Amino acid sequence: MDYVISMLGPLSNGALVTLKLFFITLALSVPLGLALALARISRFKALARFVEAYIWLMRGTPLMLQLLFIYFALPFVPVIGVRLPDFPSAVVAFALNYAAYFAEIFRAGIQSVDRGQYEGAKVLGLSYSQTMRRIVLPQMVRTILPPVSNETITLVKDTSLIYVLALNDLLRAARGIVQRDFTTTPFVVAAAFYLLMTLVLTWGFNRLEKRYARYDA
Amino acid sequence: MTGNDMGTPVMVQARDIRKAFNGNEVLKGVSLDIHKGEVMAVIGPSGSGKSTFLRCLNHLEVIDSGAVVVEGQTLVSTDAQGHAQYAPEAQMRAILRRMGMVFQGFNLFPHLSVIDNITEAPMVVKGLTREQIMPKAQELLRKVGLLEKADAYPARLSGGQKQRVAIARALAMEPDIMLFDEPTSALDPELTGEVLRTMRQLAEEHMTMLVVTHEMGFAREVANTVVFMDQGALIEAKPARAFFEDCSHPRIRSFLDNML
Repeated sequence: MDYVISMLGPLSNGALVTLKLFFITLALSVPLGLALALARISRFKALARFVEAYIWLMRGTPLMLQLLFIYFALPFVPVIGVRLPDFPSAVVAFALNYAAYFAEIFRAGIQSVDRGQYEGAKVLGLSYSQTMRRIVLPQMVRTILPPVSNETITLVKDTSLIYVLALNDLLRAARGIVQRDFTTTPFVVAAAFYLLMTLVLTWGFNRLEKRYARYDA
Repeated sequence: MTGNDMGTPVMVQARDIRKAFNGNEVLKGVSLDIHKGEVMAVIGPSGSGKSTFLRCLNHLEVIDSGAVVVEGQTLVSTDAQGHAQYAPEAQMRAILRRMGMVFQGFNLFPHLSVIDNITEAPMVVKGLTREQIMPKAQELLRKVGLLEKADAYPARLSGGQKQRVAIARALAMEPDIMLFDEPTSALDPELTGEVLRTMRQLAEEHMTMLVVTHEMGFAREVANTVVFMDQGALIEAKPARAFFEDCSHPRIRSFLDNML
């Protein structure tokens, strides 16, 4: 037991890195994903096509490859070439990647709202952006909560990929102790950390779902 | 054009409206004037184009050619090449605001309570505060007999109640003309009465109304003018009494025989 307590310090530090990446990614990728979804269904075909290609690129290549590319290859790309430190590299890769997935979830949610809602809003004089903000997006939220919950839980675990940039996240911290002490106990403790995080998320999303279900009969 | 010269100003003028869906011509040049205070019932078999015609008046459908003028403002006209030209966005929205619309499927906003359904557009579109619109919203709810449902969500209401809320919601924007697209067709028969009563009350207040309906009773008793459409064309527009007393046209004859 003392041994487990002794590893809580380094593992908590790792968990903080994990959580930091998690929250920053979420804060960036949700708005970006929403913008992408709206662009994807926009009547400006060129924009919609561009976003489609972007989503294909981001979903069609491994996140780990994107991480490595942004950290190692981006500095050598002409024009946008910039060298980012390790953590910001991870943030950029995760935000860009998750925005693509969120965009598809949001698009499905937007398209699940009945056409009659747009017509109802239109005959009352609401503009397209007012209709989106006040009528469509609030109704979309309810539909997308389960897939967003899924995606968010996946994100918690995907953060462990940043070990390739030598960042000390929760899993890498655990592995450090495993290699030092020749015991697998740190893995079990790390698993408990992950489970705790996803438990909180699951609980939070359940509450949100209940709140948004209130207007159903 | 309408066979009913009311001697009042024309509120909506539709000229030679043509509309095709994928090459299938649904409206073959329909013209109609709606006068101030007129209650016009549009009847006809399913697929006659009557709902499409109504939806062409407020840009829910984009017409191929023709003209719609609302209270002297041109919503859409046709250029020399025969293409419909709509007014610029801002102007168009101002024109469309003159018309309220009630749908067959209600189209209430399910995530908003009854009272919020009614206050939403005045707040968002007209920029009124909640305090400013609240008395009016409550008065409208009282008028349609649903004040006690103000805080309920639409999912809790019966079809007839939903439609009455939809009418109140449209009226909250203070339109000059009300369009009804088969307002009772989605209702159980025992619920149509309450909606028709609300519409009759509106007619008695001299609201200008265009009502696409299957309710012959409403057409006969409440409407001033009855318009019969069939296969994308306007067959006849007559004062309601004359229409039902003397329906010599064979297609109208057979339609009415089937309805009654």
